Amino acid sequence: MEAASVLERRNFNGLLDALTARGYRPIGPVLEAGRIVYGPIQRDSDLPIGKTDIHDGGMYRIADRPDDALFGYNLPSDSWKQYLFPPHSRLWTATKSNGSFTVAAEEIDPPRYALLGVRACELAAIRVQDTVFTGAFPDRQYNAVRDDVLIVGVNCGQAGGTCFCTSMGTGPQLTDGYDLVLTELLDGDHRFLVRSGTATGADILRELPLTPATPADCAEAEALIEHVSGHMGRMLDTDGIKDLLYDNAEHERWDDVATRCLACANCTMVCPTCFCVTTEDRPTLDGATAERWRTWDSCFSLGFSHIHGGPIRTSVKARYRQWMTHKLATWIDQFGTSGCVGCGRCITWCPVGIDITHEVAAIRTEEAVHAHR
Amino acid sequence: MTTAQLRSEPMLTTPTRVLARTQETADTFTIEVEPPPGFSFRPGEFTMLYVYGVGEVPISISGDPDRTDTLTLTIRAVGKVTEAVGRLQPGDPLGVRGPYGVGWPMEAARGRDVVIVGGGIGLAPLRSAIYEILNHRADYGLVSIAVGFRRPEEILYVDQVHEWRQRFDIDLELTVDTAGDTWRGPVGVVTRLIPMLDFSDTAVAMVCGPEIMMMFTARALRDRGFAPDNIHVSLERNMKCGIGLCGHCQYGQHFVCMAGPVKPFSQAERLFGIREL
Repeated sequence: MEAASVLERRNFNGLLDALTARGYRPIGPVLEAGRIVYGPIQRDSDLPIGKTDIHDGGMYRIADRPDDALFGYNLPSDSWKQYLFPPHSRLWTATKSNGSFTVAAEEIDPPRYALLGVRACELAAIRVQDTVFTGAFPDRQYNAVRDDVLIVGVNCGQAGGTCFCTSMGTGPQLTDGYDLVLTELLDGDHRFLVRSGTATGADILRELPLTPATPADCAEAEALIEHVSGHMGRMLDTDGIKDLLYDNAEHERWDDVATRCLACANCTMVCPTCFCVTTEDRPTLDGATAERWRTWDSCFSLGFSHIHGGPIRTSVKARYRQWMTHKLATWIDQFGTSGCVGCGRCITWCPVGIDITHEVAAIRTEEAVHAHR
Repeated sequence: MTTAQLRSEPMLTTPTRVLARTQETADTFTIEVEPPPGFSFRPGEFTMLYVYGVGEVPISISGDPDRTDTLTLTIRAVGKVTEAVGRLQPGDPLGVRGPYGVGWPMEAARGRDVVIVGGGIGLAPLRSAIYEILNHRADYGLVSIAVGFRRPEEILYVDQVHEWRQRFDIDLELTVDTAGDTWRGPVGVVTRLIPMLDFSDTAVAMVCGPEIMMMFTARALRDRGFAPDNIHVSLERNMKCGIGLCGHCQYGQHFVCMAGPVKPFSQAERLFGIREL
């Protein structure tokens, strides 16, 4: 691991300047309409200074912190996928000509994003989507954005009420895959422990007024991670989870969750790994051109499974089962990893507070009860 | 321009045109399409057909894999896009992507007896396999075909079915679910034909039709000694991309577009047994 240095809080704008000077567009946490979301960052004052977020099932609040932390929140409501994999994108345009038509792929020249404040679970989610989009048919638009992204990770200084990254083995500490990683230290002088993970990251650090980290700085950062690890709001027992869900496709718990689930699709929209899309064909009124778009879709929508004659998954039970089984079980067969990184967004942003960790626990417990009968 | 920008767009359709159109039944038609440059396929694979400004739909190829001058597809008009394809006439433009998917196990079937069971429009993707077998008849053992339709007027490829029935090197049995007074053939579901078929215990079966028909057919074949690994069925799910990226065609752990549509019954049976999977 690269030796750690210390960036004083007062020099934080130097980091933003270094990113901008290299042609990156910094995106990071901003307070907007009562929640923390990702948006463009120009100066440190754009960050949610002194703010934190309180998470629970179906509950989210912004609160004041007793300090001026820049990254003192848990997790924004939206994820980085809106930048790497935008909700709407045009794939190609067809134009009528000579009784037929021609097609032209969308020209793409995406901005070079610097993602500022990537949490460990979120980097894990980006890597999950990397696997999806670099398969047999690599996704052109995703990879065009992804190839140029600079990742500035920030280790978590606290765990949220719906966090369970330790259960999924994705956090809370960023271990690799970043260009730079920061740990915000609030004891004594407000400062950041920084490390680079790539040559680009190292180059950027060379431009900043850094001091070598002391053993005390490193110890403080380690203690923070240890504290966060021990204070997860949720836990999910992943032992044998694939077979657990495969074996319990007809479990009565699916009927139970279906009485609560609104099939609103919020969980799939906030999930940083959900990648399902639908396609839309948009002809102009005169028919001269016809565009093909893709937009985020959700397995909770009735039309998602439509084939001739109607949808396959008519019941909400079948749709919730599809989502959760995909996330935690079939994903492993498809891509070699879990589709869940333990960020907890699906719990926080479910309007009725359905909790994926509780649903797994219920199936596991009731299965154990059945087994002992 | 970065390397990423130079990568081709896998969702891009290739414009081509309709060469011929045949109405098969009241709601089903066959079109022949000029194949995109370099197009070739294996029996059981599918294409994504695009109608300008309307949309795209996955359609199995029902033609002869040895013919490179025409791409043949049999389509039931049941939705917005398939109805729009149905309105196309010779000369009209349409787009083609593909072929995609895993087709019938033609290589594994070489030197072995083959049983083909089709229900309704399920005969369409099987017809490509039948062409392949008849093109290379000596490469296969006994060939038995059983097809079922709901009513006599829904029989697909009527002239061809008559021709196949008259051949001495294949056995073709046909039944309909219901028929009027003039029908002289068998009446009943297609599984009732299975006891009449002749095959050895190393035979390979290819089954396509409604899911319930495939399940009962596969079970009937298994009861007659087929190993579930030797019975192949063709799965069907909604598809938006055909290349494993839209998520719509998931059936259990499988992306039907990439891991299917053809799967051994040994893998499909569990899926068939779960409602609304």
